[in-house]
Amino acid sequence: MRLPPGQYLTEDFPVLTAGPTLRVPTDTWEFVIITEAGEKHRWDWKQLMALPSERPTVDLHCVTKWSKLRTDWQGVSLDVLLDGVDTAADYAMVHSYGGYTTNLPYEDLRNGQAWIAYKFDGEDLTPEHGGPARLLVPHLYLWKSAKWVRGITLTDEDSPGFWESAGYHDYGDPWREQRYQGD
Amino acid sequence: MDLFSDDFTDGNALAGPLREIFAVDMTSAMGRCVSCGDEGPVAGMKVYAHAPGLVARCPSCQEVVMRLVRGPSSAWLDLRGTMSLRIPMPAE
Repeated sequence: MRLPPGQYLTEDFPVLTAGPTLRVPTDTWEFVIITEAGEKHRWDWKQLMALPSERPTVDLHCVTKWSKLRTDWQGVSLDVLLDGVDTAADYAMVHSYGGYTTNLPYEDLRNGQAWIAYKFDGEDLTPEHGGPARLLVPHLYLWKSAKWVRGITLTDEDSPGFWESAGYHDYGDPWREQRYQGD
Repeated sequence: MDLFSDDFTDGNALAGPLREIFAVDMTSAMGRCVSCGDEGPVAGMKVYAHAPGLVARCPSCQEVVMRLVRGPSSAWLDLRGTMSLRIPMPAE
């Protein structure tokens, strides 16, 4: 059993949200990466769909202690999106439609660890689970996998996101049980 | 972008968790929203409880006015979205 400490197994897919579920139409959807120099890289939905995608099968670990194993996703690797971005940033702030934010080190977005995911179990990602597209960074607790993702700001300095500024751990490694500040 | 569904409870869900921190029932305290300036009782906030913490939003503008995270040995209360809380007190 591949369960991190303190987690229990669930077969369903619980929906956690810090606000109303949003419906973001794909015809107005955009994803923007802004570098530490202020350079903007923008993709609309058609451009995202035209990029090569991957089908990662990953385990999910929520800080509220449920884990769901071997989930099937489809999305664009952040490596594909960031390969053409000139940056030496150490940190990233992820922004969502609706105002949610979460921070993580830049290197956690690279090397096959993160995707902009738009399908789950072969179906379009539903709004409840963050569709049309969400960040997927399964090696960190699931609050880092921001739903309704709309962009990433690359920065030299780390700053806390929505939950990281309200007591949750800055990094959130489930295998080191980094749930709260100080863990 | 619009709202698809909205699964929240009212601010009475904050009664127990806030009583752990404050010695008085906070649900009748009047909070003023930083974002829109509206004032209303804590009990009237829209509370999203299916989350890593409790997230209270202004019923007028939907902005976050309070976040409450309960860890095993600490609680974090983030009130940056609240301009002020007017708390009923016994007359001196």
